[in-house]
Amino acid sequence: MNNSQQLNFVPASEFKQRASVAVADAHLRKSFRGAMDFLISKRAGQFPNPEALERQRSLAEHIRKYSLARLPELLEQLEHKLTDNGVQVHWAEDGEEACAIIVGIAQRHSTKLMVKGKSMVSEEVELNHAMAAAGIDALESDMGEYIVQLDGEKPSHIIMPAIHKTKEQIARLFADKVPGAGYTESVDELIGIGRAVLREKFMNAEVGLSGVNFAVAETGTLCLVENEGNGRMCTTVPDVHIAITGIEKVVEKLEHVPPLFGLLTRSATGQAITTYFNMISGPRKPGEKDGPGEMHLVLVDNGRTQAYGDEQLRSTLQCIRCGACMNHCPVYTRIGGHAYGTTYPGPIGEIISPHMLGLNATHVLPTASSLCGACGEVCPVRIPIPELLVRLREEAQHDARPGHAALRGQGAAKSRLVDAIWSGWAALYTRPALYRAFGWLATRFRALTPPMQGGWTVSRTPMKPAARTLHELMAARKKR
Amino acid sequence: MDAAGPRHYPDKPAKVYLFGTCLIDMFCPEAGMDALRLLEREGIEVLFPADQTCCGQPAHSSGFPEQARAVALAQLQLFPEAWPVIVPSGSCAGTMRHHYPEMFADDPRLRAQANALAERVFELSEFLVHVAKVSLADQGVPARVALHTSCAARREMGTHEHGRALLAQLGAVEVVMHEHESECCGFGGTFSLKHPAISSAMAGDKVDALKETGAETFLSADCGCMLSLNHTLQKRRDGFQGQHLATFLWQRTSGEGGRQ
Ligand code: SF4
Repeated sequence: MNNSQQLNFVPASEFKQRASVAVADAHLRKSFRGAMDFLISKRAGQFPNPEALERQRSLAEHIRKYSLARLPELLEQLEHKLTDNGVQVHWAEDGEEACAIIVGIAQRHSTKLMVKGKSMVSEEVELNHAMAAAGIDALESDMGEYIVQLDGEKPSHIIMPAIHKTKEQIARLFADKVPGAGYTESVDELIGIGRAVLREKFMNAEVGLSGVNFAVAETGTLCLVENEGNGRMCTTVPDVHIAITGIEKVVEKLEHVPPLFGLLTRSATGQAITTYFNMISGPRKPGEKDGPGEMHLVLVDNGRTQAYGDEQLRSTLQCIRCGACMNHCPVYTRIGGHAYGTTYPGPIGEIISPHMLGLNATHVLPTASSLCGACGEVCPVRIPIPELLVRLREEAQHDARPGHAALRGQGAAKSRLVDAIWSGWAALYTRPALYRAFGWLATRFRALTPPMQGGWTVSRTPMKPAARTLHELMAARKKR
Repeated sequence: MDAAGPRHYPDKPAKVYLFGTCLIDMFCPEAGMDALRLLEREGIEVLFPADQTCCGQPAHSSGFPEQARAVALAQLQLFPEAWPVIVPSGSCAGTMRHHYPEMFADDPRLRAQANALAERVFELSEFLVHVAKVSLADQGVPARVALHTSCAARREMGTHEHGRALLAQLGAVEVVMHEHESECCGFGGTFSLKHPAISSAMAGDKVDALKETGAETFLSADCGCMLSLNHTLQKRRDGFQGQHLATFLWQRTSGEGGRQ
């Protein structure tokens, strides 16, 4: 089943147009709202004590900041440990390199089939495309990922990839695309159909791929968080296991994992713990009965060092990919994940995609926020998302600050007109007498207020100045 | 960003400054006058520096920090005495309290000045509850109202609690909660101009939720949200309209209920 070729890759720059279509889709709006409300209340149920939550967030933030502060040495330590454990470590500067490494491994084993556990980094590097181009079937085995792959789509949420689909749509999809499957709307039966297909593939695949949630430098342990057991299958049944992850996922010690793990599952799905937690420390050793004979880790940069190089933007890399920021985002809730056109949608996507894809392609994303702060409020590792959005808005519209390295696509949204508007604005608002004169004129000629005021009047009546400004009312009161 | 714990409040002062904000100045000056009346009734003398314009937030959040800083600098000089600065808008108060110190981080003298100002900035309802410690006597007929708190006010200033505390003092006023109460109304300053489709969807959902409560009116301590929602309702030719919290409080407690 090679659906990968049909995937619609959509540029982030067409965001506005897709967002307009999405908000007009009542069905999509209703289903995302319902799903997000459910996740919000599940998460809230896990954090009954706000003070305890803040203590946990502080600890988690600390661990992530500490890990990032020592990132180069931790990565080196991780590589040594893993190599000692018999794992082959590969470094990929970008997506293309990552794909070439993985395709190369698969080809050395002349495999025709690879089974995949859920991995957003593999989506980020567009691995399925590369595998398809090399004539290798890359089959998603996470149920949500399987569904979107079957339909030739991309995930619309980083934790729940098929959240945009209704039961009825999945029923139709399975009946149409899975050989021998009948039409059923029973969720249990649908899962049964998917499972039957996947079971057989697990047995036949020579290569299994997985992501990594935490990589522990001191012990060379790769931790994998999942609910379906497919991750365990992918990492143990095939003879070759390839893990892929971003370079920021490393922590120093095993004891740093539980605080992050506990916040990850609670923030993501409102679970105190997931059904499976895999700790992988190397291939099968002589005398051991199971596990892969060969194991690889691909560490992907893909723009992360750009974020790393800037003191403020570095906090982007604290992310543990829980998805809480999108669940709580009023924009994501209304437009869904596909409208963003990037692997990572929602607030985390708005702050990380510019590093991966450049500001040329993504400068509109940081503007797609009212800066309401809901994301920053729930982020378990306290990434100041709204501040990063403001910073990226600035970088998109200006040359690099003196002493700062230019970001990829720096100044992509620069506009003489917008510059002039803000400079004019500042000129007016720093000259009180001029400002008062402007207020006087605007109120006296309020009848001439333009009836069309750009985006504002799409769904609102025009703004109209009052009869007198507050300045005037205050001045009149003094005279009395 | 304000995880610094509970704020320490000073004793009730004899004098305060009022910072009216640019939106109130031009579009809802009555809210500014009502803030003034509420303060004066507590025996507090109110000074309105005539050279005030805007806190600088629009440029700041749009990614034009230089312009924001220039405008902020012009405000920084306007409050020389150590009196509290009262702002009848949570988001502008939040800018002055939380963002001014960052904006002037590179200049020790201005930074000290910004820090000192930040300490004295109070959102109006916060000041009425915690500093002036008002006790309001409701003179109005029974009413049912909903309250929408701007996101900056909620997250940077805790304004939702202050607004509720004031309304709880009004004997004949019932405050009803709306669905998704803490969710953004879609205004977001220039966001409403840049992404009208998304902003409109958010505003539409907010007015639906407010109306569904059966409230007669909704209140907000932020002129931006209030205008955005009111103009959305007007476009729908819906008579349901919001009021600034200061206006509602003054009308209920001054016997001027019929004004406007
Ligand atoms: S930015 Fe924070 S809330 Fe969003 S996915 Fe990452 S860790 Fe979770």
